Order: sequence, then structure tokens, then C-alpha cells
Amino acid sequence: MNRRKFLAILGSAGVASALGTSKVAKAGGGTHTWPYYENSYGILHDTTRCIGCRNCEEGCNKVNNLPKPDNPFNDLSVMNKSRRMTPTAWTVVNKYELDGKPVFRKSQCFHCNDPACASACFAKCFQKQPNGSVTYDDSQCVGCRYCMIACPFYVPSFEYDDAWDPRVVKCTFCELRLKEGKLPGCVESCPMDALTFGRRADLIKVARARIKDNPDKYTDYIYGEWDAGGTAWMVLAPIAPDVADKKHSRIETGHEFKELGLDTHLGNRPMGELTYGALGAVPMIVAFWPVLFGGAYAISKRREAIHMAETEAIVRETKEDVVNAMDAAVRKIAETQGPGAADAACQAMADAMKTREEACAHCGHHGEDK
Amino acid sequence: MAHNIVIPTKDKLFNLSEFFSFTKGNILTAFILGGGLIITFIRFTQGIGSVTNLSDVQPWGMWIGFDLLCGVSLAAGGYFTTVACYVMGMKHFHSAVRPAVTTAFLGYAFVVVALLYDLGHWWRLPYMFFFPGTTSVLFEVGLCVATYLTVLFVEFSVAPCEWLAAKFPILLKWRTLVNRSTIILTIFGVTLSTLHQSSLGSLYLIAPRKLYPLWYSPFLPMFFFVSSMAAGGSMVIFEGMLAHKSVHHYMDATHLKEADELVFSFSKAVSFILFAYFMIKLIDMLVQDNISYLCSGYGALWFLEIFGFVLLPAFLYAKGSRDRNLRLCRFAAANTVAGIVFNRFNISMIAYNYDLPSAERYFPSIWEIWISCFVVTLIVTVYRFIVYHMPVLYEHPNFQDAH
Repeated sequence: MNRRKFLAILGSAGVASALGTSKVAKAGGGTHTWPYYENSYGILHDTTRCIGCRNCEEGCNKVNNLPKPDNPFNDLSVMNKSRRMTPTAWTVVNKYELDGKPVFRKSQCFHCNDPACASACFAKCFQKQPNGSVTYDDSQCVGCRYCMIACPFYVPSFEYDDAWDPRVVKCTFCELRLKEGKLPGCVESCPMDALTFGRRADLIKVARARIKDNPDKYTDYIYGEWDAGGTAWMVLAPIAPDVADKKHSRIETGHEFKELGLDTHLGNRPMGELTYGALGAVPMIVAFWPVLFGGAYAISKRREAIHMAETEAIVRETKEDVVNAMDAAVRKIAETQGPGAADAACQAMADAMKTREEACAHCGHHGEDK
Repeated sequence: MAHNIVIPTKDKLFNLSEFFSFTKGNILTAFILGGGLIITFIRFTQGIGSVTNLSDVQPWGMWIGFDLLCGVSLAAGGYFTTVACYVMGMKHFHSAVRPAVTTAFLGYAFVVVALLYDLGHWWRLPYMFFFPGTTSVLFEVGLCVATYLTVLFVEFSVAPCEWLAAKFPILLKWRTLVNRSTIILTIFGVTLSTLHQSSLGSLYLIAPRKLYPLWYSPFLPMFFFVSSMAAGGSMVIFEGMLAHKSVHHYMDATHLKEADELVFSFSKAVSFILFAYFMIKLIDMLVQDNISYLCSGYGALWFLEIFGFVLLPAFLYAKGSRDRNLRLCRFAAANTVAGIVFNRFNISMIAYNYDLPSAERYFPSIWEIWISCFVVTLIVTVYRFIVYHMPVLYEHPNFQDAH
């Protein structure tokens, strides 16, 4: 009863995860976009236009009411060191070198189409919204930080120094501003038009057009179109001069993205799918293991019973043999030496048997104890 | 009975004198627990950042790598022994079941305790049942660990029942009920163990680019499960060795008589498991075309792990069980246990984030290590309390019919 109930709970959890898997698989089949969110928004970050002015960082800081940093935003010396997002800086611009020339790239949450963080969260804090943003609800966050393990872009940060309400923090895509019809803070403050806001599908067309019109300026790749299953934020990179020269014999496509700190080996499927095979095996194990081990138990039980029966049969036969032999001996004694001697022999043999049986019983008990 | 075991009676339920003598062990225990309490206070009032070296790129460190990953694998002795004894019918190892179940129960219980240190909102741990994220491997781990901890508690509960039965006879009813459900509990336990032992490996499936290719594999769940079997068998031998040194005077004649035979039998089994584990690791390395990664620092670590902590103990176990060499078997057990810890450390810390600049890499703070030692010391202390009071290493004279 107890076990069945437990199994039912476990089983339903397994089935639920398997259903989740098949749904995702269906959604992902063929197209890379979240089919229900076709009109979702995205942002195209053109690093050929970015001058590293940090205005986007300031805009983000302002619209999200984050605490002012120690160094003002016009202090560009911070770029000499690689920086990452923190609980109070949801976006940072870093300087990279591409064939001796500085290139600037803004980091923030990529707002994946099928986010790894949402797949990994065991309390359902993350949600891909129809408008394209990946939102985080801190009210049910347990603080396990598995989202941070899962995120292939190392985006979420955590308020390690807060003892009472430490949250995971990341760019929100200015979700509230989007709902009010306003642009995200960073896009609004960019003076170079390096950040283009729009429908994701349109942005891909825009990016393609830019690459087509300036083949010597751009690397022929839209980072985020497919990477990790596709992201709402996408990046264009400048082409490295040496590759531009020998464009027809390009050796490693997209090495520019690597130089810009972007991982081009994430694959084109959502990261969460990597775990669905293992999760899908759960219901199978729940179903199969009890049968397997129940069977092993039955076999070992049966073997034990057979062994017992065989031992008993052997003991019985031996006993009968002994009794027959003794009978024959007593009859012989009675024939040759008379009934008196036979009685005495009988008595002696019975005594001997009794002693032996006692010894055996003791020995048997001993064996059982083992 | 060959040994004079202190068995608590109705009037004298407690036997705490062992804790209050000035032995080296007790002083060390007090030192670690005292320091641990101070760190605990700081952790829960000043935040995780105040005592750890965790960062945004390394969100899981010592407390997950050791306390959770190693804690759970090394507590696999529970399912390993119960399956051997009850399912496979090795009844002659019955005296090993209670110690194994006791340590497994303590292991899992303190995994949960240690986990609370690592969780930002630790009081929200039950939220996973209210907002189940069924696409998360961690959800499966949580569900299985919670359920299995309950199973282990039930399996273990017969020992405190026998201890307290003289005072509260009602407990005998519960004990009878549990004894009748032994086989169901065992099969339920092995199913849950298979699931969550393997799922601990599945946790890292989602981060293929963060873990060094020699350790990342789609078969991580299988590696974790197979190695947990080796860990379970080895821990029974390893703990037995420690128990013989420290609480020998609480073992009865049956336990002592069966103990050596158990070591040889488990050694043989674990030897096979380690050979199998070696083979699947080797084949995995080959089919994933990872040979080019072997010529690196991480490659050397991988060789050390696979040959020094998998193949070597496999041979030592095989030789030890064939020659009936107790010391060799125990050495192999310690070797295997160290190997499990090494493997889990490699996956969670050493080979994790391998691509990051060394300045961003993680090394645990002394306080994190102290808390891990604190948790181990707590386990040992509670284990001692249990052994001093409950029939774990001996059969209670009133319950000789137990099997």
C-alpha cells in the first residue's frame, strides 16, 4: 500500500518530466524558435559599432535603480580588466583585441529561446515570456544556484553577502518597461545605434542584410541565431583582416566570436535537452527495478527452499540407511547370539544414536546461527 | 557472550560516559564542533559569502562537491548491503545490515543538514514540492533523496525501537511492522538509490562546456551509479575497519565472526564492479575521441584517477579476497573511497571551469573545509551515540529472533 502510493507519486513525476520532454522536442523539431512566441522581441548587438562608452551600463543602472558604482561610468579605465555581471551591475562592456584592434562587447543575459536556467530550476523561478524576456521570480527561489551551473554564458550572479534574502540577479530585458511600451534602458542610452531592438525574426533579417552589404566588415555569422537553441540577444562581430583577405579559404569560421569571449561550441539545441535523456529513463527504472530485484529475491528464496528440501531428503535417507543397517545387525545378533545379546546391542545403539543426534542438533543450531 | 557490552536498561537508558572522558578523540571532537558552531553562526547571520570562496562563476564548491556528491555516494553502503543480504539471499551477512543502514541513514540525514548551509533560502527547501520543476535534474535528486531518507529512517528505526522498547512497549508494534516490510523497503531503497545516485551525475550534463571533456560524458549518470556501488561496498569495509578500532567493545560474537567473511565477499564483488567501471570509463574515453586530451595536466589527473584509484584497488581487492588477506582488502577499500572523493572533486571543482583564467578559479576557504569536517564529525558523534545505546553492532538479548 505504502510502496504503491510512493511509486505512484514517483511514477507521475517521471511521466510528467517525460511529457515535458516530448513537448519540448515537438516544439524544437525543425524550427529553432519558441513556436508560440514567434513575435518575441530581441536585441541585435553590433560590435562593429560599439565604442565602449559605457552609456548602456549607466542607462541600465538608472532605469533599474541600482546603487551607484564606486567609479563613475565615464571612467573608461575599468576596461583594462575583464569584468563580469554582478548583483548591482546587470550589464558590463568589455574590451577585446581582434588582430590588434580593440573591439567592445556588451554582456548581459542572452534571454535564450529555451533557457538552461529555466530547465535547471527545481522551483520554477525562471520563465520565458511571450515578449522574449526570461524572467526570474525570487519569491520561490531556494538559492541552490543550479541555474548558474546550467547557464552556458555564466550570466546569473548571486547575492552571496545577503544572509536573509539572497537572490539570483540578472538582466531582466527591462521587462516592466517593455510592458509600458518603452525601450530597455541600455538600448535607449546607446549613442552609436550598436543595440537594435525589434522582433527577433526581423532582427535576423536586419543582421543578414548588414552582413550581405558589408562582407568585408562582418563575420558571416549571427551569434545567438542558433547557439544554445537560439537567444533573444544576438551579436554581430567584425571580420578579422587576415580572414577577410583569404575569405575563400576560410579555415575557422567564427574564430572572431571566440576572441570576443563567446563560446561557439554550444551547439544549436537548448542546453536543457542534454538532461532529458537521463530524466526520461526515470520512469523506466521505476517500472523495471522492482521487477528485476523482486525477481532476484524470488530466485534466491526458491533456491534456499530447494536447498533446504534437498538437505532434508539427504538427512532422511541417511537416517533410514542407518536404521536399516542397525535392524539387520540386531537381527543377525539375535540369530547368532540369542535375544538377550540383541537387546543389549539394541540399547547400546539407541544410546549412541541419541548422543549423536544431540551433538548434531547442537551443530545444526550453530550452523543456523551463522 | 564474549564481550561485556553495556546494554541500556529500563532504569538506565543512557550511557553517555564515553563522551565525557578526556580521550584524544573527544578533545578533537569538541574542538571541531566548537569551531563549527561559530562558523555556522557566521554563515547564517552574515551570508554565504562571509565564509566561502564561492563566486558567480563557481556557484558550487566544497559543500556540494564533498558534502553532497561524496556524502551521497559514500552512503551507498545502505542499499548495497541490504540488497546483498535480503535480495541476493546472503543471510550470513545479516549482522552487517544494521551498521550499514545506520551509517547510510546518518550520511543522508547530514547531507541534508550540510545542504542547508549551501542554500541561499534554506528554509524554502520544501518549495520544490510546491513548485515542482519537473524538467530539472535537481528536482529528481531532491525527490529521491527525500523519499530515500524516509525509507532509511524506517529501516533504521528498529534499532531505537529495541533500545526504548523496555520503557515504551508500544514501539514493538512499529518494529514488527518494519520487520515484515523488509523486502519491500529494500527494493524501494535500491530503486530510489539507482535514480538519485545516477542523477547526481546527470546534474552536470547541462554544462558540457564547463567540465573538462575527459570527465564530461553523456554517460555521467551511469558512471555515478556504478561508482556508487563500489563506494557502498568499500565504505562498509572501511567503516568496519574504523569501528573495529574504536567501538570494538560493542560488537557481539556473531558480528565479529561474520565480519571477516563479509570483507572477503564484498571485496570480490567490488573488485568486479571496479573492473567494470574501469572498462566503461576507458571505452567512453575512446568513443568520445578524447585521446588528444590525455596529453595535458588534466590528462595526467585522469590517468591517476583511472589507474591509481580504480584499476589498482580492483586488483588489490581481487588479490586480497583470493588470499584472504584482511589488511590488503581494507587498504583497497580506503583506496577506493579516496578514489570516489577524488573523482567527485575532479567533476565538481578541479576539472570544472577548466577554461577560465586561474585568477577566477576556485579553491575552498578554510571555513568551508572546516564546515565539511564539522559535518563529518557530527556524523561520527551521532554514530557513537547510537552505537553506545542501540543494538547496532550487537543483537539485543531480548530480540534474538530478529532474523
